[in-house]
Amino acid sequence: MPVNQVLSTYSDMAFATSVAIYILAMLLYFGEFAYGRTRAEVRERTAEPAMAGTGGTGSVDAPQQPVVGRIETPSKRPWPERLGGMAVSTTVLGALVHAASLLLRGLAVERVPWGNMYEFGSAICLAAVLAWLVVLLRQSRAVRRDATPAQLRGLGGFVLLPMVLLLFLSGTVLYAEAAPLQPALQSYWIWIHVSAAVVSSGVLLFAGVASLMFVLRVRHENNPLKLARLGGRLPASQVLDRLAYRATVVIMPVWTFAIIAGAIWAEAAWGRFWGWDPKETTALVAWIIYAAYLHARATSGWRGVRAAWINILGLVAMLFNLFFINIVITGLHSYAGL
Amino acid sequence: MRISSITAALAFLRNTWRGLTSMRTALVLLFLLALAALPGALLPQRPLNPANVEKFYDEHPTLAPILDAVDAFNVFGSVWFAAIYVLLFVSLVGCLVPRCLEYLRQLRARPVRTPRNLGRMPHHEQATVDSSVDEVMSATRRRLRGWRTSEHTEADGARSISAERGYAREAGNLVFHFALLGLLIAVAGGELYKYEGQVIVMADGSSFCNSGTYNYDSFRAGLTVDGTELSPFCVRVDDFDVKYLHSGQPSEFRADISYQSGESLETGVWKQHDLEVNNPLRTAGDRVYLTGHGYAPRFTVTFPGGETRTQTVQWQPMNTTTMLSQGATKFDPPGMPDEQRRQQNQIAITGLFAPTAAMDGKVLSSGFPALRDPAVAVDVLKGQLGVSTGRGQSIFSVDQSMVESGKLERVARENLRVGEEIRLDDGTVVRFDGVQRWVNLQVSHNPFQPYVLGCAIAIVVGLGASLSIKRRRVWVRAAPTGPSGSDPTGGAAASPRTLVEVGGLARTDQAGYGEEFTRLSGELLDSVGGSPGSAENHEAVSARGRNS
Repeated sequence: MPVNQVLSTYSDMAFATSVAIYILAMLLYFGEFAYGRTRAEVRERTAEPAMAGTGGTGSVDAPQQPVVGRIETPSKRPWPERLGGMAVSTTVLGALVHAASLLLRGLAVERVPWGNMYEFGSAICLAAVLAWLVVLLRQSRAVRRDATPAQLRGLGGFVLLPMVLLLFLSGTVLYAEAAPLQPALQSYWIWIHVSAAVVSSGVLLFAGVASLMFVLRVRHENNPLKLARLGGRLPASQVLDRLAYRATVVIMPVWTFAIIAGAIWAEAAWGRFWGWDPKETTALVAWIIYAAYLHARATSGWRGVRAAWINILGLVAMLFNLFFINIVITGLHSYAGL
Repeated sequence: MRISSITAALAFLRNTWRGLTSMRTALVLLFLLALAALPGALLPQRPLNPANVEKFYDEHPTLAPILDAVDAFNVFGSVWFAAIYVLLFVSLVGCLVPRCLEYLRQLRARPVRTPRNLGRMPHHEQATVDSSVDEVMSATRRRLRGWRTSEHTEADGARSISAERGYAREAGNLVFHFALLGLLIAVAGGELYKYEGQVIVMADGSSFCNSGTYNYDSFRAGLTVDGTELSPFCVRVDDFDVKYLHSGQPSEFRADISYQSGESLETGVWKQHDLEVNNPLRTAGDRVYLTGHGYAPRFTVTFPGGETRTQTVQWQPMNTTTMLSQGATKFDPPGMPDEQRRQQNQIAITGLFAPTAAMDGKVLSSGFPALRDPAVAVDVLKGQLGVSTGRGQSIFSVDQSMVESGKLERVARENLRVGEEIRLDDGTVVRFDGVQRWVNLQVSHNPFQPYVLGCAIAIVVGLGASLSIKRRRVWVRAAPTGPSGSDPTGGAAASPRTLVEVGGLARTDQAGYGEEFTRLSGELLDSVGGSPGSAENHEAVSARGRNS
């Protein structure tokens, strides 16, 4: 299996480009977040024209009739909001370039593009960014349907920040040259097990960030003096909580499937379906933590902040599993190049 | 007095049981389980890698014995780990049994009656339509096909349907939890009945038969396995090949094997199989895996009397990337019936083997894992090997205590390529003839594996159902309203008018029922000729939690 160096180089260029685009998108999100109005202000401002409208048609508007000779420009959206819109389009662009980078890597080596830690980390980040875009898409549909205000876009920067860090780590410390797979990975299970692991890790990372934001927001809601600048601009705690919970609930069966598919593969490749390999053990630990999260939400006294902390603990377990276990501890999941 | 102490004891037992089966306890046990499993990932584990445990002992001489005393090097076989999961599963059973009974009761019960005030439901629509109550009711029945429904007639002449669906959620949840229990039992059964053996076989047409534990280099078995009734089959390794990339990374391991099992053991027919890393041989209820490979240098010793002896013994790879190997090939001198004399003239060839020799001065190392330019760097030892002292001896090395005590002496040290030889002082000639590849086979047997797989599938299906299906209710009330006098069109006075109210309630946490409810109530009201009169459709944010 020869490696196509041209495609591999293009893939690396696309990877670097996508990281740059994500950084730009992140700055745009933060721009909207920092200069946008807090939610309380939004409510006040939007209330004003509504009252003016109901006050009467002719009498109130009459003094504001355009003066002859003055060209009325249509009212523009405030510029922080435009920054937000740009941020979303930039994210979409970044995700496209990022997907192209993975695709090119796959074409260059004629195999799945998640055969080593660099590719795996990159694919997980793509999954998380796509999860974020799906959330935005669903929200924009809901906005059109129920006329509820867009609330979540402000999270964008906080979602992209860890992604940019992870991508940077993958592209530098974990980077591996394009190469064919080692024999243990040459199985169709790499399509099934690893893609399930990638998608579920990505979405769970996203859910963890949402829970983290929830904890911050609750601190602010309990005492508006705390985290006044940050907390006031975050979406309402209920929205964040629901976001984290839905993401976890949707992906939990996939994560379970990923572990079980791994066990089925291990039975064929390593001679046993479960061997307490460090990676297997930590994946199970993370699974148990997420199970605890789901149970906590059904237990009185554990809902809300406590449950959110459990979800954050799950995020820590996933990151630990992703990096520490693969890099520091020798096990069967330690891949070539590290 | 006695009775009161009995009741006290019963109360204690009851309270303990209640405490154990409560969700709070289950949560704590889940945390404990996660916490307890962590050292299993962070510390070296003896069943996985005993050498790493030894290394840990050397690096932390004071800490290691303490950790060992609490089974920290064998977490998953320890009493305390077992205690946690046994308690968790007892708690699970205590939780599941009442829930099964409750679920059966619910399956037979009718959906709850329509509440008096549907406007207080989290989801609500209403409209006045130009249809009769009967028309509304039959349209509702059509729309609610697939729901479990029950109809009621109320005192003021209004009629209502209460409907509920999503019962499969709880079923999925119960299936999931029972499958977890089944998984534990299947794994435990496997621990009792499984066995696993390792054996090295030369890739020159040598064969191995699973006829007894003595054929294995190492063998581990469950409690009920005594090694007498192993699944009968034989494996012959015809050839073995590794393909390497230029970087030295292996890209393919393949052993061409033949095997006999079942009938072919009688007929003597050999069946072919390509044994690869992801392609084990499954036969006679056992699995045969390719788990390792290595080189066996072939040496011929010509003794002073002219007798020759040739041996090909596997040497152990020290470095899996370059396949530099070490080992010891041991010879008994021929023609010496005297036990004592024979033992004092034994010969061992020990040292390093490199598949692609890279000489650094006189020090041999290996430049590539494939067999390009094989060479050995060996010591020839003569004397007493100590193989019949009764002490076990590694096949990869000589007993160093024999060397230290002077009973085994080094008589030569040389680097040899294929065909080169060493002539010892007493006329003995040691020749390096060539190299043979060997493979490490693992034979595994676990009759419970299909049950484990079945439970695992049930776990995924059950969990999927329990997390994706929503348990939700909808109520429709149709009340006749007289043709209203203020109706400006007036002419429709003869046609009956009906007030239709629809209410909805999701019974699961954060269910996202709003979208479905809006669609359902919209279609329903459309079909009877009305459009929603009030847009009081707000999703319940503070949904009630359901025990999972």
